[in-house]
Amino acid sequence: MRILWNRLSSALLVLCAASFITFTLARVIPSDPALAYIGPKATAADSAKLRITLGLDQPIPIQYFKYVWQTLHGNWGYSLSTKQPVLQEIIDRLPATLELIFFAMSFAVIFGVAMGVYAAKYRGRLQDSVIRILAIAGVSMPAFWLGLLLQMLFAGRLAWFPATGQFDIDLKYDNPITKVTGFPIFDSIITGNFAATLNGLHHMVLPALTLSAYSFGLLSRMARANLLEVMSQDYIKVARAYGLSERLVFFKLALRNALPPIVTVTGLSTAYLITGTFFVEQVYNWPGIGSFAVNSLLSIDYPAIMGITLLAAVGYLVINFIVDLIHAKLDPRVWMR
Amino acid sequence: MKTKLAGLSFLFKDTLTTIATVMMSIFIAAAIFGPWIAPFPKEGAGETNVDNIYIGPGWHHLLGTDELGRDLLSRIIFGARPALLIALAVVGFAAIIGTLLGLIAGYRGGWIDNVIMRVSELFLSFPPLLLSLVAVTFLGPGLVNALIALIISWWPWYARLIRVEASIVRSKPYVEISAAMGVPDRIIIVRHILRNVTTPLIVQIAADLGTVILAAGSLAFIGLGAQPPSADWGLMVAQGRNLIFDQWWISTFSGLAIFLAVLSFNIIGDALRDHFDPRIARQ
Repeated sequence: MRILWNRLSSALLVLCAASFITFTLARVIPSDPALAYIGPKATAADSAKLRITLGLDQPIPIQYFKYVWQTLHGNWGYSLSTKQPVLQEIIDRLPATLELIFFAMSFAVIFGVAMGVYAAKYRGRLQDSVIRILAIAGVSMPAFWLGLLLQMLFAGRLAWFPATGQFDIDLKYDNPITKVTGFPIFDSIITGNFAATLNGLHHMVLPALTLSAYSFGLLSRMARANLLEVMSQDYIKVARAYGLSERLVFFKLALRNALPPIVTVTGLSTAYLITGTFFVEQVYNWPGIGSFAVNSLLSIDYPAIMGITLLAAVGYLVINFIVDLIHAKLDPRVWMR
Repeated sequence: MKTKLAGLSFLFKDTLTTIATVMMSIFIAAAIFGPWIAPFPKEGAGETNVDNIYIGPGWHHLLGTDELGRDLLSRIIFGARPALLIALAVVGFAAIIGTLLGLIAGYRGGWIDNVIMRVSELFLSFPPLLLSLVAVTFLGPGLVNALIALIISWWPWYARLIRVEASIVRSKPYVEISAAMGVPDRIIIVRHILRNVTTPLIVQIAADLGTVILAAGSLAFIGLGAQPPSADWGLMVAQGRNLIFDQWWISTFSGLAIFLAVLSFNIIGDALRDHFDPRIARQ
């Protein structure tokens, strides 16, 4: 329990600090927030008035505490470009991004680990080399470029998949999704709207594949390396010497013990996906946080940028926290430390 | 001569690494001799040729021409220099800042260690690249600002790496004896600690070069890095983006340059790591 408490308290500390960095970046750096709010043509009097309304005339520390207070009360400010509350924008768009991450990650974990295991089993043979090349290509691939290539090939030339968007445009007239949880594909399944489910999955293939490339590469590399390391341990030799079947040794003993580091890498690469969605959603016009983030960055929409940065930092923390928990569950030694 | 080259034999240890070494040499040659080897050096440097727009890949223009009629191959060759320079600059500055802070933290220990490590943890509490994206937004888009923004999110990795190594070396008996004999810190740091951290440092630098090219390309792609009319691979992918279904070659070949550069750096990074860290190489 103590370790849990330690992790939680250090997480809180990091969060405070993260909010401070976000705040500082948005306030201290040259661009004037008031100017960003009303535009360069505003009169001096107007901008002075606005500075008071926005609380920009107060000392920075007070501004910071106000910001924290407001953020904790769900007031994340208004987006300068969409004029909507930032929190609302985020809540509306988060499900699309989370579904994309879910499918990309599932793909990466299943195929990445399977390929890594396969490569370890056929170490030094042709299969191993092919997987090695695929894996290093995966981590070297610019996601935005892979996205464009897949679009050109599978949406343009072959027309197997739609090029952009989350659903067909006419879907909302033909088979509108009843909103239950806000997660479109999940909602379409639980409301029995399978036409929409299929349509959503059809749109999901290319973006999810694009997003998963990096994690796939990372995971298959790590799975292979860890499995080989475990296989060289003494207890594996002992198990073999006892005459346990090679199958049992490989899958029960080796794989089980290679899992904890694989979980860590899974978490780490999920974290990479957070910023990965920025580029993938941009290419596929995905209506999620990533495309919102890029648009906010390009238009210096600082309330939106602050909101997204904070959200991403929280997401990163949560992922690391979950990884620690799973790690502890898989590797009992963690609790003894 | 042979013995000198033997130190670099890891660059040719297998087919894949050899191919990567050759590719990297081509990129380096393009970066250095670009203006002399590009088929259309003026167009590579940015001169437009509107009579020639959107010519597909062919004999005269191997990789086709772009939206302003410039020879794409020449543009890509000209793009090698900024790509490699930004990678070297980001990794170089990050390594210098990180090494200095890491050495201080690991060698001194105590409160200063605490402060440096807390601050670097803070930077690492954001998902990769996010801090750079935010920083370059507020600094204003551009190549130099992208460079600064990337350094901001890269140095903490070096600080952490060097601190761990430095604190290990710090507690070795021979270092303690030197300190007890009154050898100045400055000399201990240079002679013992710095010398012992060079290997992990080189391995990390090699591994990071490709990642930085990728990150800089990503920034440029969404419009926060190099600005037109510079010949920048990420920017060129972005400029061809809306033409991908018809004038497919613009984004395809510009992105291919990023991919191949990153790939060859990563493969060589792996080879270097295996070379210096036999524990991993055994696998």
